[in-house]
Amino acid sequence: MSDLHQRSGRAVYVPGNDIDTDRIIPARFLKCVTFDELGPALFYDERFESEGASKGHVLDAPQHTGASVLISDVNFGCGSSREHAPQALQKFGFKVVIAESFAEIFHGNCTTLGIPCLKMAAEPRGMLADLVTQLPEAEMLIDLQTKTLIFANQSFNFDMLESSREAFLSGRFDPLDELLVAKSKIAEVAARLGNVSMSR
Amino acid sequence: MGKNLYQKVWDDHLVGTLENRQCQVFMALHLIHEVTSPQAFGMLKDKGLKVAFPERTFATVDHIIPTDDQSRPFQDEMADRMISVLAESTQTHGIEFFQPNSGSQGIVHVVGPELGLTQPGMTICCGDSHTSTHGAFGCIALGIGTSQVRDVLASQTLAMDPLKVRRIEVQGTLGPGVTAKDVTLHIIRTLGVNGGVGFAYEYAGPVIDQMTMEERMTVCNMSIEGGARCGYINPDQTTFDYLKGRERVPLDAMFEAAVERWASYASDADASYDDIVIIDGGEIEPTVTWGVTPGQAINVRERVPDPSTVSGLDQELMSDALRYMQLEPGAPIAGTAIDVAFIGSCTNGRISDFQAVAQVIKGHRVADGVRAIAVPGSEKVDAEARALGLDQVFTEAGFEWRLPGCSMCLAMNPDKLVGDEVCASSSNRNFMGRQGSATGRTILMSPVMVAASAVSGCVADARVVFGLEQSS
Repeated sequence: MSDLHQRSGRAVYVPGNDIDTDRIIPARFLKCVTFDELGPALFYDERFESEGASKGHVLDAPQHTGASVLISDVNFGCGSSREHAPQALQKFGFKVVIAESFAEIFHGNCTTLGIPCLKMAAEPRGMLADLVTQLPEAEMLIDLQTKTLIFANQSFNFDMLESSREAFLSGRFDPLDELLVAKSKIAEVAARLGNVSMSR
Repeated sequence: MGKNLYQKVWDDHLVGTLENRQCQVFMALHLIHEVTSPQAFGMLKDKGLKVAFPERTFATVDHIIPTDDQSRPFQDEMADRMISVLAESTQTHGIEFFQPNSGSQGIVHVVGPELGLTQPGMTICCGDSHTSTHGAFGCIALGIGTSQVRDVLASQTLAMDPLKVRRIEVQGTLGPGVTAKDVTLHIIRTLGVNGGVGFAYEYAGPVIDQMTMEERMTVCNMSIEGGARCGYINPDQTTFDYLKGRERVPLDAMFEAAVERWASYASDADASYDDIVIIDGGEIEPTVTWGVTPGQAINVRERVPDPSTVSGLDQELMSDALRYMQLEPGAPIAGTAIDVAFIGSCTNGRISDFQAVAQVIKGHRVADGVRAIAVPGSEKVDAEARALGLDQVFTEAGFEWRLPGCSMCLAMNPDKLVGDEVCASSSNRNFMGRQGSATGRTILMSPVMVAASAVSGCVADARVVFGLEQSS
């Protein structure tokens, strides 16, 4: 079952605290009825001028093409609840996000989509970010079971929300099937609470 | 040891425990809109699932709807399609839809409370982070992603980890010209935009107790900007008086029974908390943002901070924010020229917001070169404002009075900043690019402060512009 608890790939560091979901995916790209086309719009206004010319953002640096691990700083994914943000990250190719901390709605959205959010303190994260910048071609190996990350022969510890880690280890990060199992208990709770907001 | 409201509501809605030890929690009320829900209906269809409790979900349109001309089809083809998809989905699944011109359409967080759908002791969710607004009634109200909208449609439940509870007591009394918006900006400034991560905020203390329901909604609305998953205020007589007689609230004996149940959810006097923070309400001043997060705020008499006073990443972030905002370190924030004034949004688009501005703006005129728009939060707010003649007062002062929607709060409709325009805004987010231009600049403040800035042509202290200090 190693595929459940391991992730591997090249990484890229996008610095900044409080990177909000409007920056990850500007609102104008939310005009869609499916998530299919969101990949290219990731961090659009940070990556491109209004007329489409590249601003030379790190995500577009050739040495980071194909990176699947995104490293950032504090409170990543704050603001709007838009699932379009993790959807865009996933469609762009990211499979893991590492930050000091995450906004909770974003974290929940990532988990449901199968993107582990790894928490790493400032000092090791800074070292890791420096190494990744120096060695963009090198792959890291992430083990969710042991909560360790190996990169350039160095080992880094990370933390995870325990319920999220367990969901990944069991492969059941999308909770819907399990939520549906409790059908009769749900009906009981619904009946006990009654429906006080009267439908007309 | 007693229980706080969060624990009572959580326990009351708990269905069970999942294998990863998350809780399965029943959602009493689910609100949906056109931007984050169409995909969820698609997911249901892919899985061959039905909506489990259609009578507990209500829909409206707010994010993309134009505020000038709402005749269909909209000029924006995709916006029109999103509303059509929502209309079809709600019809297919038997969900009540408050569509434009129904008399009940509006911003989802304005509509729920004004209809009385939002009631104390509920768990409420919506694919929108400002769902925290409904906490003003003593609800656990959660913003969720689209896959969770799918979960709620299919099961009426969510998989959740329990939160810690921080009680924030706002003591003393507010000074003249200081509003609920200033209270929430002050709290976020004090505790930080990620200070609330892992917490539900319980707002309490004399300042909160004395607030109207609409003021309480403003405070709870911004909980998410402080990083809290939700925020709430214990239900009291103010809550019950607000709800009495609303369209979806039970009548007579049923209302009395409901009040008894609602009151029982309030935190016990001996409830325990994971954290308690005391804020002195008397120290709060009209507050405005200088940067690109709602926590980057100062009072209107203060100066823009200087990056040289901090170090490391903090310095870099402060410098970046000031560069984006084109503000000089150490300069007074008052006097910063504005191009646009926006009054509206789920934070400050309710009738009392427009009444407060109408009271002071008579006899004043929006400064030359400033584009000022007032956008009511719902059709009901619009109708009430028109009945009171407020639309006239705004129009005579030089504002455009628009049709209801989210409008320039997130600029998914045609209401956008152009280039690097500066907007004095009563909305909730000053993120880079938030108001529709990648270089647009937002300064958050209360509605009366927006009005003062609009008539001055620059960020201005409403207490001075409108003589509020003398009048109290």
